[in-house]
Amino acid sequence: MPGGLTLNHFLVLSLIVFALGLFCVMSRRNAIGILMGVELILNSANINYLAFALFGGGRYDGQVFSLFVIMLAAAEAVVGLAIVLAIYQDLRTIDVDATETLNG
Amino acid sequence: MQLDNVASLSHFIPELVLSGAIVLLILLDLIIVNRRVAGALAMAASVATLLLVIAGGASNTWLFNGMVVFDSFAFFFRLLITLATIVAVWMSIGSVEVRRCEQGEYYAILLSASLGMFLMAEANNLLMAYLSLELVSLTSYILTGFLKHNRRSQEAALKYLIYGGVASGTMIYGMSWIFGIAGGLDFGAINAALSQSGTGSSLAVFIALVLILAGMGYKVASVPFHMWAPDVYTGAPIPITTFLAVGSKAAGFALLTRFFYPAISHLAADGNWQALSGVDWPQLLLVICMITMTLGNLAALQQNNMKRLLAYSSIAQAGYALMGFVVLSNDGLRAMMFYLIAYYVMDAGAFLVVMIVANATGHEDIDAYRGLAWRGGLVPAVALAIFLFSLTGIPLTVGFIGKFYLFAAAIRGQFYILALVGIINSVISLYYYVRPIRTMFLDEPEGDEGAVTAEAWNYGLMGALAAATIVLGLYWGPLIDFAGRSLKFFIGPA
Repeated sequence: MPGGLTLNHFLVLSLIVFALGLFCVMSRRNAIGILMGVELILNSANINYLAFALFGGGRYDGQVFSLFVIMLAAAEAVVGLAIVLAIYQDLRTIDVDATETLNG
Repeated sequence: MQLDNVASLSHFIPELVLSGAIVLLILLDLIIVNRRVAGALAMAASVATLLLVIAGGASNTWLFNGMVVFDSFAFFFRLLITLATIVAVWMSIGSVEVRRCEQGEYYAILLSASLGMFLMAEANNLLMAYLSLELVSLTSYILTGFLKHNRRSQEAALKYLIYGGVASGTMIYGMSWIFGIAGGLDFGAINAALSQSGTGSSLAVFIALVLILAGMGYKVASVPFHMWAPDVYTGAPIPITTFLAVGSKAAGFALLTRFFYPAISHLAADGNWQALSGVDWPQLLLVICMITMTLGNLAALQQNNMKRLLAYSSIAQAGYALMGFVVLSNDGLRAMMFYLIAYYVMDAGAFLVVMIVANATGHEDIDAYRGLAWRGGLVPAVALAIFLFSLTGIPLTVGFIGKFYLFAAAIRGQFYILALVGIINSVISLYYYVRPIRTMFLDEPEGDEGAVTAEAWNYGLMGALAAATIVLGLYWGPLIDFAGRSLKFFIGPA
């Protein structure tokens, strides 16, 4: 690997991205912001798959998995944005605190 | 036997029929005017699937180069999920809420969710497990939010989406660690690799399992991944609530069992399972199981909306079913599978009565049930009483038998505290299950509350489920044998 990068570098990077994603999901009140946090979590897993595939040997399982994750992240974004749009048309806001008629 | 892609198709006919029906429904939606056809087509497809599943039997085979396994365990859940689909489609045809929606899309998405559940029960590879789980999740989000311009439905969908996205993201992050440690995605390869690797990586495996549990625990709605359930069950159309409660939960249990048992544990000669040394997930799940049932029952005590009450009750019921999961024996797993059937019969029945009342009155609150028995709704009231007694675990119902096997498995495995917590919980649950019954029979109806009537086909399904609740409570031998026979996992060299 050029530049002396090891598996651990990638694992630490993915852990940081995962933690940032989780923090984003918990701290954001805007529905789109939360969905962006979910994307970060998915991509942290992608980094792991690719790193393990690169350092773990010749099989393509890791690469294939990350391709599927990218595809499903897109599908999830489509469904998510459709739901957010429907809520916006009804409530004129996408703040998750404003949509709390169900709590209790 | 491992089959390639083309040879696999002959074992995959029920799923292919479902897929064909999905495509057909979407195409038909563009050309036909009469919306009733969609429901009839979906019903025909699910009944055909049921027949094909039964005709196909179980044959220990890996399909699609080992992505999917088709064994007795998968057969059991194929059957249960098809039955759940039939109930959901049947209820959708009779539901006033759903009748106002776009029918073609609705049934196409419903059958897609069903297809995803099939694959969850058959997954033999982490990639397949993730794909099938997401197929179920994405379709469930859409179905939950299907009532346009209904604020509760939309908000429930948003909540479901956010929790679901985080849970499945966390799960695949955990899976990536398992992939890194085991060097493969196939369950057989994972089992072989993990049982060899020394204690050095046991902490990493444990953390990975906890992360994976986030995704699978979210599907079965166990604590602490249960927060979505009450809101989603309340906001979704009632047939979808039923489908999520019985179908999605059963599929979640199937995936959970297949991953935590054959993939990462070992079956000893005496019928007990051994977890990986140094990876103490059974202890963790034991605590989760006890908290799940207690929290579900305590929260249900204060609910005034029937759907919400049943939502918390379904969290508690998942806790009971987990009792069979944590005792690490084939006895326990058999009890869990029996309980899932029992839960299907009684919970689908209870939700059906809720739908009948909601169709007639437009309300889901317990107040809408006041004097139900004395204003034309004697039959639904009696049926609901049977289902609720069964959910509590009163003798002569299937719920009692199911709980009996669970407690017996816990005691035989010397999990005395678990059994005690389960029994205390059953007593607590009596209070809130009896409250609607008292409201229906002992309270006087108020003047302005109209009669409750339903169409014949709703009564037919209700009668069948009520009869099953009683009959299986008296004569359960074949069913428990079937559950025991289905406990054969087909796992071998990858």
